Amino acid sequence: MNSQLTSEILSLSWEHLQMVLITIAIAIAVALPGGILLARRARARRVALSIASIAQTIPSLALFGFLVPLPFIGGIGPHTAIIALCLYALLPILRNTLLGITGVDPGVRESAVAMGMTERQVLWQVELPLAVPSIVAGLRIATVATIGTATIAAAIGGGGLGVFIFRGISMVDTPTVLAGALPAALMAVVADEVLEWIERKLSPA
Amino acid sequence: MPPPPILEIRNLSCRFGNRTILRDVSLTVSEGETVVLLGRSGSGKTTLLKTVNGLVQPCEGAIHFEGKPTTAWDPIRLRRRMGYVIQDAGLFPHWTVEANVGLVPRLENWAPDKIAQRVEFLLDAVGLASAEFRHRYPRQLSGGQKQRVGIARALAADPPLLLFDEPFGALDPITRFELQRHFLELRNTVRKTALFVTHDVREALMLCSRIALLKDGGLDLLLPPQEFLAARTPEATAFLACLQDRGISSESEAIR
Repeated sequence: MNSQLTSEILSLSWEHLQMVLITIAIAIAVALPGGILLARRARARRVALSIASIAQTIPSLALFGFLVPLPFIGGIGPHTAIIALCLYALLPILRNTLLGITGVDPGVRESAVAMGMTERQVLWQVELPLAVPSIVAGLRIATVATIGTATIAAAIGGGGLGVFIFRGISMVDTPTVLAGALPAALMAVVADEVLEWIERKLSPA
Repeated sequence: MPPPPILEIRNLSCRFGNRTILRDVSLTVSEGETVVLLGRSGSGKTTLLKTVNGLVQPCEGAIHFEGKPTTAWDPIRLRRRMGYVIQDAGLFPHWTVEANVGLVPRLENWAPDKIAQRVEFLLDAVGLASAEFRHRYPRQLSGGQKQRVGIARALAADPPLLLFDEPFGALDPITRFELQRHFLELRNTVRKTALFVTHDVREALMLCSRIALLKDGGLDLLLPPQEFLAARTPEATAFLACLQDRGISSESEAIR
């Protein structure tokens, strides 16, 4: 393998990884507090979940296309791609945060309240610790999906491993497609394993 | 002179929507007494218990605890002065036995060594060897052991009143009997006041100072056990019929 290709794979992988990490960081920052706030509000919860589910159904290539002409958030480049990726990453994290909190055994919650814990203590000492495995599971789904979807960022000048894939398609050259697809798949497998390990570590004993 | 009432329930009514759960219940619990709330499913006994620690708000009437209406208490302070034990114990699955039992003392900012001593004392009191059990998690306990931990947790901050909601309901009969006997021993040593919900008339007769029989949300009878055995209301008769073993065997013979 020539060294120019190797270094291009490495630099595009790094671009790809950066895009994924920024996306996940933003998605966590929005979906985790959002999930905590929505856990107590049944009606708002349904509305938020259906909006997030609808966002999920928009084909990703179309969503990238929609965003490009928009002022401020749109345009060509990685930031537009990150906004689109965030929309996809939100739902699994939000849904799993909600499931984790609302799925706590009602008897456990009732005991916590009856023992004289404040709402805040119930949340931080009981509900959130018990929701952690579910939240990490959502994070895992979001991360693996984002790594795959981020290959489309190249279509709007976002860079990343998708550059190889689109180049390979236009040149009808399978090895070039694989130069993008294989590292992306590897990245997804590694992320999945690492997050699964974290999920196990954080599960309440 | 009778001991002062620790809990006074006056003309309590409670509705959810247009369903009446409790109607005009009045009940006084004196210090050191165990009052058992006996009734069928849906008789309102659990709701009555939950109005006492503010998990359910009464619609009409008043509850006085230690001479002060519960509505005037800060609900957090009120609940920390009442132990609470429920059917499946409701232990926190992510905490060890020690952390579960030490919860209220920890919320009350006791010193850690004082909490550790208290936990050790309580585990012994409920018949669990502290060295063996304190570091276990709830999933490593049997049903009976969980319930013992639940009782220890309720006793932790030495509350003047204990609330029990069918604590032994999900246990096998042998373990249940063991825990009932232990409950009696414990009551003689710690002299606690308790309100105890059950649908089991044997359990009620075994544990109570007085039985409060509830029917359709109203108080049918409030009697000491000997007098309850002689009671003649339809609901009391229905419950007492469950005690007649001979009746059961002749009926089962009739079925055969």
